[in-house]
Amino acid sequence: MTDTRTDRIERSIDVRAPRPRVWRALSDPAEFAEWFGIAVSGPFQPGTRLRGTLIGTSVDEEVARAQRTHAGVSFDLVIERVDPERRLAFRWHPGAVDPGVDYAAEPMTLVEFVLDDTGEGTRVTVVESGFDRIPLARRAKAFAGNDEGWRIMMGVLQKHVTGGS
Amino acid sequence: MAPRRASAPDSAASAAVFSALGDETRLGLVTRLSHDGPMSITRLSAGLPVTRQAVTKHLRVLERAGVVRSLTEGREIVWHVEQRRLAQAQRDLQAIAQQWDSTLQRLKKFVEG
Repeated sequence: MTDTRTDRIERSIDVRAPRPRVWRALSDPAEFAEWFGIAVSGPFQPGTRLRGTLIGTSVDEEVARAQRTHAGVSFDLVIERVDPERRLAFRWHPGAVDPGVDYAAEPMTLVEFVLDDTGEGTRVTVVESGFDRIPLARRAKAFAGNDEGWRIMMGVLQKHVTGGS
Repeated sequence: MAPRRASAPDSAASAAVFSALGDETRLGLVTRLSHDGPMSITRLSAGLPVTRQAVTKHLRVLERAGVVRSLTEGREIVWHVEQRRLAQAQRDLQAIAQQWDSTLQRLKKFVEG
């Protein structure tokens, strides 16, 4: 059955690295750019508005190729919370890529990274919320690469959704 | 380039869906219509702790978001769920979830590497 309790997404992953190491990857703009593929215009400080620019990750060549089709696209990030080694939260509106449109008045989604200790390392949880107020389809396409890739991905996802979860 | 509307109706559609579903009663109505199939307001209101008028109001909100539609069947109006619209909203969310999975995988590779 279609799951309708959904104006937020929560995902997590366990990594074999201590919390301070993961925090550095999240909070250091240079490291952030390297794995996320988004260069930010300044340090993460609560209350600041930064400009994020898609540059392509150096960690995964396949993802980098998809990201490069959008290379140079930029959008605003507003830093909400920076709790060292624990939590990083920002608002953004990725997908706001049409130069003819003023997105400034549109609501942003909230992205929160939370770090927890596990036996062997760190659990990284990311929550993105606020989808009841934004054009979701555009957000969904923000990092999806070119249209052909998008269509293929949609096919895969459709199967995934039909398979339940 | 001339200024345009911020979003085409299609790309705004899912936002309207989630907004409409962000209410327990409306979510309940949609769930019931999904599971039990099309039905009239009378049947839909039976056993609910809200008035028929309230149910009608909620259905109108859902109708505006494209989540439900009414059809006249004989002398009765029956309401049914627009599965396509719901499925599209769900696919959008799945796509974003998939992007986060990929992003977290990259973070893992980066800090473990």
